[in-house]
Amino acid sequence: MGFRNIIGRRLGLGLVRRRKPFSTATCDGDGNGNAKSINLYSAINQALHIALETDNRAFVFGEDVSFGGVFRCTTGLADRFGKARVFNTPLCEQGIVGFGIGLAAMGNRAIAEIQFADYIYPAFDQIVNEAAKFRYRSGNQFNCGGLTIRAPYGAVGHGGHYHSQSPEAFFCHVPGIKVVIPRSPRQAKGLLLSCIRDPNPVVFFEPKWLYRLAVEEVPEHDYMLPLSEAEVIRQGSDITLVGWGAQLSVMEQACNEAEKDGISCELIDLKTLLPWDKETVEASVRKTGRVLISHEAPVTGGFGAEISASIVERCFLRLEAPVARVCGLDTPFPLVFEPFYMPTKNKILDAIKATVNY
Amino acid sequence: MCLQLTYVVKSGLVGFPLHQLNTKILPTLSATIPTPFPLVFSAPIVSFLSFIFSSPLSLPSSPPIFSPFPSSLPIRKKMATAFSPSKFAAQPFPLNTTSQNNPLTIPTIASPFLGSTRKLIRLCSSSNLNLRRRSGTVVAVSDVVKENKSKSTPNLLITKEEGLELYEDMVLGRAFEDMCAQMYYRGKMFGFVHLYNGQEAVSTGFIKLLKQQDSVVSTYRDHVHALSKGVSARAVMSELFGKTTGCCRGQGGSMHMFSREHNVLGGFAFIGEGIPVATGAAFTSKYKREVLKELDCDHVTLAFFGDGTCNNGQFFECLNMAALWKLPIVFVVENNLWAIGMSHLRATSDPQIYKKGPAFGMPGVHVDGMDVLKVREVAKEAIGRARRGEGPTLVECETYRFRGHSLADPDELRDPAEKAHYAARDPITALKKYLIENNLTSEADLKAIDKKIDEVVEEAVEFADESPVPPRSQLLENVFADPKGFGIGPDGRYRCEDPKFTEGTAQV
Repeated sequence: MGFRNIIGRRLGLGLVRRRKPFSTATCDGDGNGNAKSINLYSAINQALHIALETDNRAFVFGEDVSFGGVFRCTTGLADRFGKARVFNTPLCEQGIVGFGIGLAAMGNRAIAEIQFADYIYPAFDQIVNEAAKFRYRSGNQFNCGGLTIRAPYGAVGHGGHYHSQSPEAFFCHVPGIKVVIPRSPRQAKGLLLSCIRDPNPVVFFEPKWLYRLAVEEVPEHDYMLPLSEAEVIRQGSDITLVGWGAQLSVMEQACNEAEKDGISCELIDLKTLLPWDKETVEASVRKTGRVLISHEAPVTGGFGAEISASIVERCFLRLEAPVARVCGLDTPFPLVFEPFYMPTKNKILDAIKATVNY
Repeated sequence: MCLQLTYVVKSGLVGFPLHQLNTKILPTLSATIPTPFPLVFSAPIVSFLSFIFSSPLSLPSSPPIFSPFPSSLPIRKKMATAFSPSKFAAQPFPLNTTSQNNPLTIPTIASPFLGSTRKLIRLCSSSNLNLRRRSGTVVAVSDVVKENKSKSTPNLLITKEEGLELYEDMVLGRAFEDMCAQMYYRGKMFGFVHLYNGQEAVSTGFIKLLKQQDSVVSTYRDHVHALSKGVSARAVMSELFGKTTGCCRGQGGSMHMFSREHNVLGGFAFIGEGIPVATGAAFTSKYKREVLKELDCDHVTLAFFGDGTCNNGQFFECLNMAALWKLPIVFVVENNLWAIGMSHLRATSDPQIYKKGPAFGMPGVHVDGMDVLKVREVAKEAIGRARRGEGPTLVECETYRFRGHSLADPDELRDPAEKAHYAARDPITALKKYLIENNLTSEADLKAIDKKIDEVVEEAVEFADESPVPPRSQLLENVFADPKGFGIGPDGRYRCEDPKFTEGTAQV
């Protein structure tokens, strides 16, 4: 596609540290260029503008995207790029994703929006059975790497059963797709651009709680962040905490509180859940000897289970305490009981203390 | 000559003034355009031809389904090339021989249902139709008008008691929804709340004809369906507030109204999810009757859903199943023209939803959903069909929601002129006018009902306020049938009884 050239031209004064074929070029998100304080949906909006600008075969479609979307992530796109590239689809998730696979198979960049991650299930068949296996079963004759599915996920305080789910675990069980979850506006823009340009189908979950709440300095230029690289966002020596998305802010609060009790916590943002960066997490666990994983999805069968099993496999003798998981309960996401269901700061704090004092 | 028309309410032709007459005959085309065009006011026979040319179609050209002269009017290109007339020479949908097997005859009241299958066969065979343009139940306007002229006395559609019942139900729906909005903005209610203002005629028109054992399946816009079915305002309000006294013990909220007692099989947040559920419920009723030989079991299921849902796979799958197995179900489409911010006309290749019925082998009927009496007449027959075992019906009710999609929706996208047009056709004021003009009741009676409903709704709010919040243990209940379904923990006790299972204090 020649996107390496595009990146090279676009970056201008930006620094390009590494260039690998078929990987996202790295440019630190806080490099040159003006940075403005914006929130998550604006960052995603910027990323989409850039993606459509730089590739004239990129399309954005989904339910209600043309007026800007229910979360305003797609504002201005239809006006700027036209209704042939930014359009509404009827209310048929299975159709949306399947259609996106077809577009991608013919070499386009299809950026499909599923209005809420809770609605992604009709499309689950297409994602698992088609998108994930397209390259594999056609012997690399065709692929749907141009497909990116964006969906807002996660609790929002009042969402109830069908506007708060975190389905990342279902997708992490599918070889052939990537699952990416950003934690903040700057990460979101870089990661989304990487996902769109990645030659594999990607499911990009956006924490809807952070759409307006998270505000950060985000550079205005085009930049990408590497996929499958976890980031240590807080150094520590007593316990490793692993999380993603909106949960990280809760974990950070817990870390701050634990600090007061003299527990030094290392916090890792996985960023990409599939394929996930085992090396970084392993290195951190080798340093601390303890690990705690936290996510909003129900604990049984959540992605924390995969992380736990892998870490135990790799670092069994180094571990000083069992791997702790502080996750949502094994119930459907409740409406009124949301505060009890969620893995709150206090629950994490209790688990940190229990693990450290094991 | 058999003319392709939308369903005509025969007896209503007499009861209504002329302009309303035309709203029934005139089909969806002009009405579905989101422009403030009033429906054409002219003589019935000529009108349906004239409106086609008078209203500016902002849609892709649609087949002129009301033309008596098939060859002379423009045909949609797609259809002309894709299908040849000969393919459709046979009957477009299997008009089964139910009427022959079934000893029940067409009701012999003065106004037989004009869309009944027997008459339909007769009507169709008597003409050389271009069946491509079949739009569902077919009625000849000329036949209808002829029958009407033979009547000497006007007959009203409803009695006083029925009229008051309908009025009360619609006012309850409206007052309740308005109170919901107030409560939401005061912070007592939370979550995603979708209000039904403006669409009351559909709910009242259909659900008031049901028995207690009949089932209703709805969407997220389900408060008024539950209220019409008989769930008390208190239970619904408490559910919205998230209290234990709510109809689902506070666990569901706005979009999940269930009632075992009144057979409300839910509110569904996901569009189209309820339709297969309704299909299954209808199957049960038929099974009970035919296999288990409970011959008095003639329960009908109503599935309500919107225009956006009609582009969803589940809808089509269920139309097929219901028609295949002749289930006692009525699919009611509440076409309010908008799916959040997406206009139905821009999202659907053929915006006339009722035409999807005959494609699957069931009658498709279109009705003006802002008029409760018209809806009721159509509902009577559709439900009657289902009860008699003649199979499903697809009813498209053209209606409008006065508020935004949900309380969080600023509702900026809809044309204010369109909103004003429909606001002028408020179903409650229309029914009020009908009742008073036909001397069925007085202004004072209606005011008394208004007052009574206000009190009911206020009392519901008070009740909900005073009700207790669910205890934390309720969180773990009902995940499985066995409340101890979480198994046994390492200490040998049931995990759900372990206080640490919900460890930590909750922080909002």
